Amino acid sequence: MTAPIQPESSRDATSDVTAWFSTRIGGVLVPLAATVLAFLIGGLVVLITGHNPVTAYRAIFEGTGLNWFFPWVGGESREAAANDLQQTLILMTPLVLTGIAVAFAFRCGLFNIGGQGQYWVGFIAALYVGTHLDGFSRPVHLLVAILASIVAGSIWGGIAGILKATVGAHEVITTIMLNWIAIFGGMYLFEIGGPLQGPQPSIPRSAEIPDSVELWPIWGSLPSLHAGIFIALFALVVYYVLLNRTTLGYEVRAVGFNPEAARYGGISVAKNYFLALAISGAFAGLAGSVDVLGFKFAVSTGDFATNFIPFTGIAVALLGRNKPVGILFAALLFAALEVGTSTRQLDPEVFEPALAVDLATMIQALVIFFVGADLLILYLWRARRFVGLGRRVQPEPRP
Amino acid sequence: MPDTPLLELRGITKRFPGVLANDHVDLELVKGEVHALLGENGAGKSTLMNILYGLYHPDEGEIRLNGKPVRIGSPRDAIDLGIGMVHQHFMLIPVMTVAENIVLAVEPTSGPFLDLHAAEKRVQELSTQFGLAVRPDARVASISVGMQQRAEILKALYRGAEILILDEPTAVLTPQEAKELFAIIRSLQAEGKSIIFITHKLNEVLDIADRITVLRQGKQVDTVPREGATPEGLARLMVGRDVVLRVEKPEAQPGDVLLDVDNLEVRDERDLEAVRGVSFDVKAGEIVGIAGVDGNGQTELIDALTGLRRPSGGRISVGGKDVTTAGARESLDLGVGHIPEDRQVRGLVLDFTLAENLALHDFRKKPDSRWGCLFPKRIVQRAVRLLKEFDVRGGGPQTRAASLSGGNQQKVVVAREVSRDPRVLIAAQPTRGLDVGAIEFVHRRLVTERDEGRAILLVSFELEEILSLSDRILVLYEGRIVGEYPPGVSEEELGIAMTGGRRQAA
Ligand SMILES: Nc1ncnc2c1ncn2[C@@H]1O[C@H](COP(=O)(O)OP(=O)(O)OP(=O)(O)O)[C@@H](O)[C@H]1O
Ligand SMILES: [Mg+2]
Repeated sequence: MTAPIQPESSRDATSDVTAWFSTRIGGVLVPLAATVLAFLIGGLVVLITGHNPVTAYRAIFEGTGLNWFFPWVGGESREAAANDLQQTLILMTPLVLTGIAVAFAFRCGLFNIGGQGQYWVGFIAALYVGTHLDGFSRPVHLLVAILASIVAGSIWGGIAGILKATVGAHEVITTIMLNWIAIFGGMYLFEIGGPLQGPQPSIPRSAEIPDSVELWPIWGSLPSLHAGIFIALFALVVYYVLLNRTTLGYEVRAVGFNPEAARYGGISVAKNYFLALAISGAFAGLAGSVDVLGFKFAVSTGDFATNFIPFTGIAVALLGRNKPVGILFAALLFAALEVGTSTRQLDPEVFEPALAVDLATMIQALVIFFVGADLLILYLWRARRFVGLGRRVQPEPRP
Repeated sequence: MPDTPLLELRGITKRFPGVLANDHVDLELVKGEVHALLGENGAGKSTLMNILYGLYHPDEGEIRLNGKPVRIGSPRDAIDLGIGMVHQHFMLIPVMTVAENIVLAVEPTSGPFLDLHAAEKRVQELSTQFGLAVRPDARVASISVGMQQRAEILKALYRGAEILILDEPTAVLTPQEAKELFAIIRSLQAEGKSIIFITHKLNEVLDIADRITVLRQGKQVDTVPREGATPEGLARLMVGRDVVLRVEKPEAQPGDVLLDVDNLEVRDERDLEAVRGVSFDVKAGEIVGIAGVDGNGQTELIDALTGLRRPSGGRISVGGKDVTTAGARESLDLGVGHIPEDRQVRGLVLDFTLAENLALHDFRKKPDSRWGCLFPKRIVQRAVRLLKEFDVRGGGPQTRAASLSGGNQQKVVVAREVSRDPRVLIAAQPTRGLDVGAIEFVHRRLVTERDEGRAILLVSFELEEILSLSDRILVLYEGRIVGEYPPGVSEEELGIAMTGGRRQAA
């Protein structure tokens, strides 16, 4: 001990390469394999329904607008691609934010299913500020609306947090209950005769926010991609910094990994449960405000029950492995899948749109399933004689 | 002893990212033999055994059973080949009974139904055959660690193990339980079973093993018969230098009282009284040892002293300040260090890096952080220094704690607690799972800390450790302190007090 003989000799080149490989690539491998596998199985189903999977996937891909990035696509199809890509990115924006919301809670060992409720309270708060307050300049008005959504979302998440921290009520149950409260509360506000119903007396719909609180359009027109995407990208940075560069993030992660050790380290587990859910709610609330301020501008009572963005956020966090870059790509994937298979984009000759929507849902589900079953994937990987690459397979029981 | 080996490992090599854990290791096991595997922390013992049990796959080398090469792809294969393993962390399901756990995955059935009666009967037979007394119908959660270990051994036997691997089985046992385990091992041996036994305790090796294989830095150094082996010789083989097996320490110079405990009462999880009116103090510059059989209130006492559990009565003060109701955080801030009993449950966040683990107490303060902002570079810098100072092997600051060997994990915990310069250091089983060299280092370090004026409370089930380190010894029995002894007291006398003998005499 006093004469440390660092086992230099036992460090050899091969193991250094595998070390690099497993830390850099290992975390990417599984989600990537999960996605590929999901698309392969999806293709099989396409085949069974009597279509050509290659042309179907190609049509879906072109519907996402991602072909805009190919320099050889020009002329009219380039314009069409630009339009499609705008839709994909518009949808990606709230997905990134709800993905972060779920991921942040995950890192504290909590499962926040309340994204939906938090999204809606954020949405409504921003809408209210947008429609009922005035006399601000555009940046200030926007800022107030966004802050309102963050506060509303964090209160909604924070309620579940307080319940968890004080009486130990399970967050899955409480956040689901809060979802319904938000949904029915929202319906009540905007229904015919409701306190916040808009100017048309016979339509259960809110007023539209004035142009002066819209997020700046940055690309295209139908509807245009708005500045909310920068908010989402910035949120990714905030997420990373918060988690890895602050004492708060350290505490959240410690509690998420091992609450008993965290307690021993002088960290209050209850406080972090509360904070994690409140912060998680803030991100989801922000997703609501970028949607309303960016391209929805108003809400009808019918929208409340049909919005699945916050749920897709769960898939985004899972596939993205709670990592900022992972979340970004996962959100892009799910948004593209949604847009590429939407009725408007797909040529019915190639693949019936009704089937396409189901295909999208199925692929989504498969991706989540395979990400959850990462042991299975690693097993398949190993079976392909890639022994030694990737992460540890069996957690060694440590003395 | 017949000459044809039952089991041969030939040239086993295993690489982990950045570490060569096993480097062309050879090992032979003959039928009916108890073979001890010795080596420093991180020498590759657990890895080698996990390979034999099918949990890891060797990069090179072969395994032969009865002369025939075999492939062990999974624990299932190992079990089918008659190889059983008892991990140091038991793999029992707490809510199930001993019998249910034992038959898990190989349940006897009558028709489509689980025949639990037959299972219990078979378990009972095995347990009488090998002298493994354990109640088949008891829930695992409610039995002692020693009993759980027996359940694990029974589980292996039930599945037809002819070769039994025990990875540091005595690290979690009290000396009495260890003696009982040895009796069991001898009866297994008498029935023709072969046993591979990992331990860091040299006297155990000399007590039970027929042959001893020593690993150092992943390589097999030597295999020697017990005859002629000495603790010093084995230690030298393991560490590559002479090890001082006794602690040499100057006379203590006790100063002011730093930890004062007055009539402390603490309840356990089930709300039963676990500590019943304990009073003692620890002065600056002395080591007070608390001896006792596991389960006599040690855990609850330690938890109360470190702010992890609120006492139900009495008073605790640190450096004159009342901390009876202080939480863990305040207790840390007041300079109470705590080497916890179980490094995996509490001492480490296994998914954190070593640097993050080393910052577990100080991340809120300068220089680790300021105004809530963490400075990872500084945290890593300090980690580099500590890992070197405490000779933690098998990884750097960015290595995940989970991938370290058991003993090296323990060193990380010790490094963190000692380096904070605590005024009061509560050390519970500080050398659990450490190799002789590391024990020597930690013991010396504790004495140095003492001489720098810290108050050290040592809680250990190892009488030897208590006797060699303590300046005063307190015996805890059924939640009360039943006696105070000078360091010169005999093991026998302590042993009697620890089992309640003294109280009857009084
Ligand atoms: N799963 C793993 N991933 C990466 N490295 C590992 C893993 N398991 C073990 N190692 C490394 O391999 C080496 C040997 O570890 P092993 O657990 O076999 O040691 P050991 O001899 O059992 O030590 P101890 O006495 O401390 O339990 C160590 O350097 C350890 O850090
Ligand atoms: Mg080990």
